[in-house]
Amino acid sequence: MASALVYDRLQFAVTITFHYLFPQLTMGLALLILYLKSRALWTGNRHFNDAARFWIKLFALSFAFGVVTGIPMEFQFGTNWAKFSRYAGGVIGQTLAMEGLFAFFLESSFLGILLFGEKRFGPRVHWFAALMLFVGSWLSGYLIIATNAWMQHPVAYAVGADGTLHLTDFWGLLLNPWLVWQYAHNMTAAVATGSFVMAAVGAFYLLSGTHPAYARTFLRTGVVAAALASVVLIFPTGHGAGRMVFEHQPSTGAAFEGHFHSERGAGIVILGQPNMETMTIDNPLVIPWALSFLIYERFGAEVKGLDTFPRDRWPDNIPLLYYAYHIMVGLGTIFVAIMLTAALLLWLGYLYRARWLLWIILLSAPFPYIATTAGWMTAELGRQPWLVYGLLRTSEGASPLVSSGNALFTLLGFLGLYLLLGLLFIFLAFDIVMHGPAVAGTRKAGAARKPGY
Amino acid sequence: MEGSLSTYWFVIVTLMLAVYVVLDGFDFGTGIIYLFAARSDVERRTVLRAIGPVWNGNEVWLIAGGGLLFFAFPKVYAAGFSGFYLALIIVLWLLMFRGLSIELRSHVDHPLWRPFWDASFAVASLLLAIVFGAALGNLLRGVPLNAEGYFFTALWTTFTPGPEPGILDWYTILMGVLGAVILTGHGANYLAMKTGGDLYQRACRIAQVTGWLMAALSVVAILATALVQPALRRNYDAHPVGYAVPLLGVLALAGMLYFRRRERNVAAFLASSAFIVGMLGGAAWGLFPNLLLATKDPAWSLTVYNAATPGGLEIGLVWFAVGISLVITYTVYVYRSFWGKVDLSSLEEGK
Ligand code: HDD
Ligand code: HEM
Ligand code: HEM
Repeated sequence: MASALVYDRLQFAVTITFHYLFPQLTMGLALLILYLKSRALWTGNRHFNDAARFWIKLFALSFAFGVVTGIPMEFQFGTNWAKFSRYAGGVIGQTLAMEGLFAFFLESSFLGILLFGEKRFGPRVHWFAALMLFVGSWLSGYLIIATNAWMQHPVAYAVGADGTLHLTDFWGLLLNPWLVWQYAHNMTAAVATGSFVMAAVGAFYLLSGTHPAYARTFLRTGVVAAALASVVLIFPTGHGAGRMVFEHQPSTGAAFEGHFHSERGAGIVILGQPNMETMTIDNPLVIPWALSFLIYERFGAEVKGLDTFPRDRWPDNIPLLYYAYHIMVGLGTIFVAIMLTAALLLWLGYLYRARWLLWIILLSAPFPYIATTAGWMTAELGRQPWLVYGLLRTSEGASPLVSSGNALFTLLGFLGLYLLLGLLFIFLAFDIVMHGPAVAGTRKAGAARKPGY
Repeated sequence: MEGSLSTYWFVIVTLMLAVYVVLDGFDFGTGIIYLFAARSDVERRTVLRAIGPVWNGNEVWLIAGGGLLFFAFPKVYAAGFSGFYLALIIVLWLLMFRGLSIELRSHVDHPLWRPFWDASFAVASLLLAIVFGAALGNLLRGVPLNAEGYFFTALWTTFTPGPEPGILDWYTILMGVLGAVILTGHGANYLAMKTGGDLYQRACRIAQVTGWLMAALSVVAILATALVQPALRRNYDAHPVGYAVPLLGVLALAGMLYFRRRERNVAAFLASSAFIVGMLGGAAWGLFPNLLLATKDPAWSLTVYNAATPGGLEIGLVWFAVGISLVITYTVYVYRSFWGKVDLSSLEEGK
């Protein structure tokens, strides 16, 4: 039987990966809904308001799943990672508590008004609720990423007399240099998810010949936002995140690039399979000098390879880390290609008739989810073997008295529950999309499909 | 200096959790009586409408309170959460089901869909109320902390309190039942404030009956607590003013029964809230300065003095002050926005 640590890690990984499927959509949509509501308020055009109302339904669904899967995350710090919590709670407890106090209250308060308050409070308050929801969800992203960034690159702490950490500098924690890039990159990724989904729904309606007016709005808004986000994901934010890694976690960077040996003028591996026995890449496809240039802006710069670091500091699953990173970057490149083409055709006035491209846009909706999950695997596997980089090893962080049988039981429970929840979400989201944006005032029977009780 | 700072944090965390019990408590209570009190689909939707715009915000008091506990007393968070491992994960699953039941029930209009979520909502609410009562029982009884400051308790062992207790024993089960009864009454008072018609009549009746039950069970529970954990008397003996806190609770309960009879719905609900705060405040008065009482050796207890974060607590007070002011602002705003009885007729038209 495996040790409890294995189950603790698997359980955290499964639950956080599942949780993050929902906030990325809500954070992305929050921005797009705010845009639609603002257009509606500015121009007085009902069309945008009705378009926003449709997305608020999907938003609310994803939000509900985000909420119920978020609570286990906070609990698990204590239940499964007690030694880590005891050690680092004085620092990360702050950002987690602030997230509750500053973000979750804001979101949950204004969601009610966004869902039930349109008639009651009028368009201005309703717009304001959309704004607050955007602020709240982006703030919760900020504070949780602050937590994660601190684990990647601990700052602003001191060691107390009892050996545990506490905070010394409030702004140091909230303006951690790692956090700035990580947040920018991660939120851009959330916008990518939201806009890919919006564009895909638009493409779906256009291809199937339903709701043509909405279809165009969704497609146009989605494509423009997705094209911008895809570019920003690579440069400057992805690039910035990568440089942070090479600066502060050089062994991680070497591992996810598949860079085994130190080298001047290091090339970047585009494709190939890492071979841990021979410490080489099989079937490599390499762009020479590119890695040195990307990191140091000099083609001849030396990039440290894994061989410069002692083995006990290597991430413990290098091939998976390498693939996760390459999947993210590979998909990012493909996203730019798809969405720039779509934006070009939109500009030329041809997009709405380009069925081949609409099909591609429709089918590409799941891929931002895959890219973000791969991105988080890059970050989290890359941090190994540390739980708090350089300070606390993952093996030293788990709860000392939770036996592996108990941890396995709850892991299996989560797996079963999340399988069900995943199916349920897909079913309900599909139902909302098939039902389409209701034209206001003409459909009484659809009342039950409205967000609400 | 550090001692008084961590005392402030003890008060803050206790208050956050007390507000949580008052606010989410009425959601639980409405869930417990949901199947009996609300019979038609319209009545059920009325109940969900009554808690719909606020339940998630109510739950955030737990999340934020937990976060503050994590920040101020990491050792307690670590010990408590890992020690109650199975119970807490089961709480999580129940919280998930309850949240989804509220949110998903009305999505699909099918004769199997709605009853499923209705039952899930009621069962999850009832179990949670019992578990939260039992959790308080565990805190009062004490837990088998070891010298390193950790413990692990099984769900049950011999069902008797002792140095190696399980999460459930006769005492904590008693507290669980008390918790469920109190929250049932609290939820009924909330519904009486928010609804009309038959639903209102039923809610009033439930509130009345559970009020008397609460009074009787509270007496039993207080006697049992004095028996199981005599250490809790120490603060009361040293500072008898402390009796004022539970006494306020008792007065509030009497007030609740009085207002209930006169159908002063808002006053009855507020009295019920004050009763809960009084009971929890009374428990906190007895526990202080302990956060987790050790059953094996009192010296191993985690207290305000030995479990607080060794620094940075004053930084926390600043942002907490700002944050809580904002939270109170929107909480008041939201409750005022949705003030008054839920209008059944608009639901019937399908709005
Ligand atoms: C749509 C999703 C998406 C796409 C296309 C990309 N990323 Fe990404 N990436 C993420 C979504 C993401 C993420 C999910 O948002 C992560 C996980 C942790 C984080 O903060 O952001 C992330 C993390 C992440 C990290 C790890 C940071 C760490 O260890 O903490 C690096 C180095 C990069 N990214 C670099 C890139 C580069 C060079 C890309 C160029 C194509 C790229 N990402 C595309
Ligand atoms: C933002 C706040 C986050 C924090 C504080 C955090 C913290 C943690 C912790 C405590 C662990 C367990 C210890 C370990 O194995 O390293 C972990 C593992 C993991 N997390 Fe995160 N995480 C965060 C976000 C995410 C997100 C959003 C994802 C993915 C969508 C993610 C993916 C993973 C994965 C895949 C693991 C397993 C790594 C392994 O077992 O080696 N994390 N993270
Ligand atoms: C270990 C890490 C995490 C913890 C402890 C955590 C905790 C939570 C909790 C408790 C909730 C429910 C809040 C409520 O009841 O209103 C929630 C929802 C949410 N979380 Fe997480 N979360 C984690 C990771 C993340 C990450 C990485 C992000 C984004 C970058 C994120 C963004 C959100 C957002 C926006 C919500 C609101 C609901 C939604 O949009 O679906 N969380 N989270």
